[in-house]
Amino acid sequence: MPESNRGFSAYFRRDLLLAYRRRGEVASPIIFFVMVATLIPLGITPEADSLKELAPGTIWVMALLATLLSAEGLFVSDYKDGSLEQLLISPNMLVMPIFGKVTAHWITTGLPLTLASPLIGLMLSLPSVAYLPMMAGLALGTGCLSFLAAIGAALTVSLQKGSLLLTLIVMPLYMPIIIFGSAVMQYSIDGMAWSGPLAILGAMLAVAIALCPLAIAAVLRLITIN
Amino acid sequence: MNFQFQDLNEMLLMGGHGVYVWAAVLVSLGTLIWLVVSPILQHKQTLKEIGLNLTREELRNQSGNKDI
Amino acid sequence: MNWTWFYRMGSPLWFYQSTSRWLPLLSLVTLVLLVAGLAWGLGFAPEDAKQGNSFRIIYLHVPASFLALAGYFLMATAGAIGLIWKMKLSYIVMKCAAPIGAALTFLALFTGAVWGKPTWGSYWVWDARITSMLILLFLYFGVLALQYAFHNQEAGNKASAVLALVGTVNIPIIYKSVDWWFTLHQPSTIKLTSAPSMHPDMFQPLLVMILAFYFFYALALILAVRVEILKRESKTTWVRELVEQASRQKIGAK
Repeated sequence: MPESNRGFSAYFRRDLLLAYRRRGEVASPIIFFVMVATLIPLGITPEADSLKELAPGTIWVMALLATLLSAEGLFVSDYKDGSLEQLLISPNMLVMPIFGKVTAHWITTGLPLTLASPLIGLMLSLPSVAYLPMMAGLALGTGCLSFLAAIGAALTVSLQKGSLLLTLIVMPLYMPIIIFGSAVMQYSIDGMAWSGPLAILGAMLAVAIALCPLAIAAVLRLITIN
Repeated sequence: MNFQFQDLNEMLLMGGHGVYVWAAVLVSLGTLIWLVVSPILQHKQTLKEIGLNLTREELRNQSGNKDI
Repeated sequence: MNWTWFYRMGSPLWFYQSTSRWLPLLSLVTLVLLVAGLAWGLGFAPEDAKQGNSFRIIYLHVPASFLALAGYFLMATAGAIGLIWKMKLSYIVMKCAAPIGAALTFLALFTGAVWGKPTWGSYWVWDARITSMLILLFLYFGVLALQYAFHNQEAGNKASAVLALVGTVNIPIIYKSVDWWFTLHQPSTIKLTSAPSMHPDMFQPLLVMILAFYFFYALALILAVRVEILKRESKTTWVRELVEQASRQKIGAK
């Protein structure tokens, strides 16, 4: 499908370019990620044994919050400058551009978080066996997070103060991902085979890729065109 | 099917678990009653408001005065 | 097949008039079932061998949990019907179902906590069922918050309908994963409810209570929907006639 491909790559490249121009903004989720990781030892204990226990859950909670922070802007600027409306009334398929936009969002948040996670692992004295599963889990899991956050971003796009509401409506949907994401790490720390929960994360990502763009397209159509 | 307690006092105590059971019952009944009573009150209130609006409109039509 | 009944059902006027006729009977049945079920469960059902009398909370906890979940599906279904057939009434049902469902979810959590204290020695335990209930409450909050965030009612209806549907797709996944998570972290020794092994003498009042809660849910929902219908249709002739009739009756009574 060359036509749909163009829709994907056009919006993918456009959003990446926009992100590149606002490099400072893109960096903030990562900085947030590292800063919260500093708060954990300060707030609880610097003891390596306790930190090791907390690390899997903490890393996932932080990754979740970081994606939520950045998700609000996913459609807002397009909505304000009217390019979203143009996209909606164009005869092309809406799903592929949305897929492109969400993928660009993952490239600018989920991927850097995944790459920065070993640093957090060091800070929280994560055992070395857990690094690879952590990165694999984060790579798949943050993809799911981006797609789900995009649904929330689409639902709240026309609202003035959408960011808190976005967090409120998306967070419950994140629960399965955080359960399996931290389980991947916990399994590897406990010396068990961690491919099971990782496969479930992959399955969830596959479902999210298949269904979320459709849902987002429907939401944008329903809400922005009255 | 028999009554499980000697008397009502014993039913109130529930063998030491009375506080928990009756707290659950009271809060549940309270919530259920609220879920029924609040729409009934709102129903009355809404009818009254619509009625007031109607009378106001009638008065306005009769006198031709828009200020009421 | 004749589909006019389906479209007639979508008419607020039809709903209001037919529920006026059925409300007294429905209220009576609900009241009788609730009183009978509660008396049976609290006074006549045999005591549980392990948990003593605290197990009697089951007669509130389980029905409330049932309706909390069923209410979410009803809300999402109403939202879907609204999105597909653009029926006025179904959005009203969806909007009214959200606070009722949230209240019942809260009730399930509260009764679970109060039950947990004598059973586990603590009000809150991260039990799979209770955790799922908590997440369900969050899902309800999301739908409610989204509904009220929109000034444009039409957009608010559509947005919360989609969110309810997305939640519905997620609920089985959430339940399964919470269940799995629970088995991962040392399950507690006493399970709150194990319905199949329950003695019939204990089980029968539970069935009565579940039925009572279903009737109650219908009653509460219908009452709330009627108020919403009046508010939205306040400019129509039938509502005006209704109001005039009511005021005439009041004067007549005086």
